Amino acid sequence: MVQPVAIGRRWWAHLALVTLSFVALGFIISLAVSIGEISIPLETTAKAVSNRLFGTAFELSRIHQGIVWDYRLSRALLAASAGAALALSGAILQALLRNPLAEPYVLGISAGASTGAVAVMILGFGYGVLTLSTGAFIGAVVAFMLVSALAAGAGGGADRIILAGVAGSQLFNALTSYIVTTSANAEQARGVMFWLLGSLSGVRWPDVYLAAPVAVIGLVVSLFYARALDAFTFGIDAAAALGIAVNRVRVILLGATALMTAAMVSIVGSIGFVGLVIPHAARFLVGPSHRRLLPASAMIGAIFMVAADIVSRIIIPQQILPIGVVTALFGAPAFALILYKARRPV
Amino acid sequence: MSISVRDVHWSAGGLMIVDGISIDVAPGKTLGLLGPNGSGKSSLLRLICRLRNVKSGVIALGNTDIAAMARLDIARRVAFVEQQATTEAQVTVLDVVRLGRTPHRGPLSPWSAADDAAVNAALRQVGMPERTGQLWHTLSGGERQRVHIARALAQTPSELLLDEPTNHLDIQHQLEILSLVARLPATSIIALHDLNLAAMFCDTLAVLHQGKVVAAGTPEDVLTEELIANVFGVRAYIERSAHHGRQHVHYRLD
Repeated sequence: MVQPVAIGRRWWAHLALVTLSFVALGFIISLAVSIGEISIPLETTAKAVSNRLFGTAFELSRIHQGIVWDYRLSRALLAASAGAALALSGAILQALLRNPLAEPYVLGISAGASTGAVAVMILGFGYGVLTLSTGAFIGAVVAFMLVSALAAGAGGGADRIILAGVAGSQLFNALTSYIVTTSANAEQARGVMFWLLGSLSGVRWPDVYLAAPVAVIGLVVSLFYARALDAFTFGIDAAAALGIAVNRVRVILLGATALMTAAMVSIVGSIGFVGLVIPHAARFLVGPSHRRLLPASAMIGAIFMVAADIVSRIIIPQQILPIGVVTALFGAPAFALILYKARRPV
Repeated sequence: MSISVRDVHWSAGGLMIVDGISIDVAPGKTLGLLGPNGSGKSSLLRLICRLRNVKSGVIALGNTDIAAMARLDIARRVAFVEQQATTEAQVTVLDVVRLGRTPHRGPLSPWSAADDAAVNAALRQVGMPERTGQLWHTLSGGERQRVHIARALAQTPSELLLDEPTNHLDIQHQLEILSLVARLPATSIIALHDLNLAAMFCDTLAVLHQGKVVAAGTPEDVLTEELIANVFGVRAYIERSAHHGRQHVHYRLD
């Protein structure tokens, strides 16, 4: 196995790293705004953003102004929020469940959230009371409880939870397909299937107003419990013996994970592998301490998702791939690599 | 502080695992917990640091019932070394020993000089101050055990509970760890299998059998040929060692 790349405990190294990562995130978001069917120079992008944010009055075409602000910037910010939230969820789940393969997608939480969202959207469950996001949240929580119960019933342990997650994913995906095939009209069905693969099309500012705060809240809450997550390194009893209120910490952090997953699934659909791969990449860069691992995961997740969105828009001319397809194309081989590395010495 | 266990019961899955146990350890003394596999030693240790809650009975540190203490307050005083706790995370020796400071730090308080001092002292005590950067999964079983003990010592406990801490250790490190624990000012309870090491290093012994205490007292009082035959089903000959003056058990196969 590989040694984490040593980043010393010196404060300036951290400050430089944090600054650098913000610069990188800003740069990739600017690229995402510029690149597209209509290519917009970075300078025009900067002017358009400045016009809206600071009330400057640069001369711009209405079309450019509109594309930058109403379509591409909101889309890029949403991609960043979703990437950060999913990567955070993966880092939290991997620590709490002590399993390097844990993440919302693998554990069936994303599938449950999809079922919840589809139930509200097509069956009209709780019509007028439940929003799509609340439906997704309920679905995420139900799925996680079911998967946990199944894993506990199978004798508990790190391997069982993944097996239970596979079963849970299959069940909820089947439920979703059942609802779609029996109740949706053709138009709805096509929309839903595209959305279940993960898609950023149709994202607007109100979606960003939900996703960005959820990601930030998730980061703040999990950072508050960073030391508790470290204490789970040797299991639940070891954490409790170090004074961690394990039940409270688990409920709060699993709740935060369900909330983040549900919010993202309700907006962009079920995007796999980001939660799995990004925390491992972050661990490689900054080591296993959660005080550094959590922000690093969020940042790398955000950058990765914006980049994946760019790829999804330019890889096939005149066509946009669902972003879930792009993340899976990167994620599946990475998943195999982690499985290979996590195998026990024979 | 003293540890006192009064008529404690605990069951799991309908089975009475700890069945009316009472033991006392005086401040600063070391109690050896003996008994065959499944006699309730590990469960009793878990009850004493309240990883499990007693079904009935009282466990007290000094005069304080642990049922009335906050989890964090228990962790600031009592350190527990489990059997064979391991991890797949890429943690170093230093990462693990630093975990011992967890109960002494607030969620946002920075790492302090006192934390550093406790961690360095703990690493020195188990003889691993030069191994801080080594990754957990490259350590041998014995080294992992010593790192766990260092983590417990970094907790600066006034009570120390160890569940078979000498498993996996070679004889040199068994002797080092046990004499270290016996020397520490903390009140300690050690679950052990080796009767001779227990006699050498513990001030008092308690023998568990099927969840009950069948003998307790000084090694001289507890380690008798009759008790060893009854509890372990093994015939033995016991004499006072001419070398260290403690009880010494010879096992007989005839």
